[in-house]
Amino acid sequence: MMLIECPWCGPRNETEYGYGGEAHVAYPADPSALNDNEWAKFLFYRKNPKGLFAERWVHSAGCRRWFNAVRDTVTYEFKAVYKPGEPQPIKTTNAPAQGGTK
Amino acid sequence: MADILPEHPDFLWRNPEPKSSYDAVIVGGGGHGLATAYYLAKNHGMRNIAVLERGWLAGGNMARNTTIIRSNYLWDESAGIYEHSLKLWEQLPEELEYDFLFSQRGVMNLAHTLGDVRESMRRVGANQLNGVDAEWITPEQVKELCPIINIGDDIRYPVMGATYQPRAGIAKHDHVAWAFARKCDEMGVDIIQNCEVTGFIKDGNRVVGVETNRGRINAGKVALCGAGHSSVLAEQAGFDLPIQSHPLQALVSELHEPVHPTVVMSNHVHVYVSQAHKGELVMGAGIDTYNGYGQRGAFHVIEEQMAAAVELFPIFGRAHVLRTWGGIVDTTMDASPIVSKTPIDQLYVNCGWGTGGFKGTPGAGYTFAHTIANDEPHPLNAGFSIERFETGHLIDEHGAAAVAH
Repeated sequence: MMLIECPWCGPRNETEYGYGGEAHVAYPADPSALNDNEWAKFLFYRKNPKGLFAERWVHSAGCRRWFNAVRDTVTYEFKAVYKPGEPQPIKTTNAPAQGGTK
Repeated sequence: MADILPEHPDFLWRNPEPKSSYDAVIVGGGGHGLATAYYLAKNHGMRNIAVLERGWLAGGNMARNTTIIRSNYLWDESAGIYEHSLKLWEQLPEELEYDFLFSQRGVMNLAHTLGDVRESMRRVGANQLNGVDAEWITPEQVKELCPIINIGDDIRYPVMGATYQPRAGIAKHDHVAWAFARKCDEMGVDIIQNCEVTGFIKDGNRVVGVETNRGRINAGKVALCGAGHSSVLAEQAGFDLPIQSHPLQALVSELHEPVHPTVVMSNHVHVYVSQAHKGELVMGAGIDTYNGYGQRGAFHVIEEQMAAAVELFPIFGRAHVLRTWGGIVDTTMDASPIVSKTPIDQLYVNCGWGTGGFKGTPGAGYTFAHTIANDEPHPLNAGFSIERFETGHLIDEHGAAAVAH
């Protein structure tokens, strides 16, 4: 059981949260311009690093708000949590593209 | 003074030093890597093969699964490869000359809601059309096959029936790996443990070898069987995989007299249970939700599966957990595996088996060996290419595979 810090509510048990997978995956700016390969990448391909990973969590049993976190996928240790729109405090291999934060 | 210890029994395989070059190098010495090497040698006449294993032989998911074997999947592609796999299982003890306790004690998948019942009946129909032995059984028949199940209607998720596959069952996973390893070794395959691949050597768009912690190894062909670490290998090789790695946990109780004669799975309440030959109750559940490479998960996940188990099997309330553990499963968005060529020439990938790789061991090895040897898909794995995520020909097995595999 992990202790996860909600940026609004503070530390709560893992069971209060839902997982949202990779963070900073922006919806395509011009969907009609995408080819099949680009759609496949958007729909089905997500980073899967062994190490630091920027990912989304939702405090389902608390404030019900989404936030981002940088977590180590080997030790499961949270390195940082940050609100949507805030800059990613620690660099990861899935760092947000230019202007792609959400 | 204690008696002198007996001699170590004969080793089942050599521990050779890596040669500088092989016709084929298989990355990953688990069940799938060993089965692939076995069928490459047996069916395709390739003998100059190495299996490179980062840790010890079959110490990853091959040693951590709940050993369930079945083929009652919904879609034609899945029924094809899993049923072929089951047929191979039926002949392997004799073929490998090793009794790995393959026990066709049947598997039932319980239905607890009307939605479950409809989905299950549909799957039984599809299975029968595909030549997979499957039938729909009533709660009373469930009780007859497994007398310790509570089929009362006063529990949160009452048993409304089940699908039943009599030819399904379990096998002793470590022994399966050792059986494959011994035969591979006899045919000249080098099994090299403690040999971690750290990079891929390419000539243009063609792979020509691997870098390892024990030096460079040249290879005519390279085949990835890295399971939970498939994304790490693919990144080193320079291509993307639609894989997410998750922790998956299992547990065993202490030893008990035989009480559970079959295998019971329930997607709806998230548990699957059998009783090992030695007597432990073996249970597994769903994945931990987050991405993870830590080979461990959280206790609340197994607490939930034990709660489900105790409701279904009230006598388990007196059993004690002996041990829990975790593996890393490589999941795809459609809950089906990838057995495929890659964008890089002479580089092949077998991954994405998620929570259900053990049952697929021989089928994966058999068809993947064909793909490697002939540089083209086998009819049974053609649907499991990486391209399906681009063409949209997904094989959505969440109904048959999502939780209980």
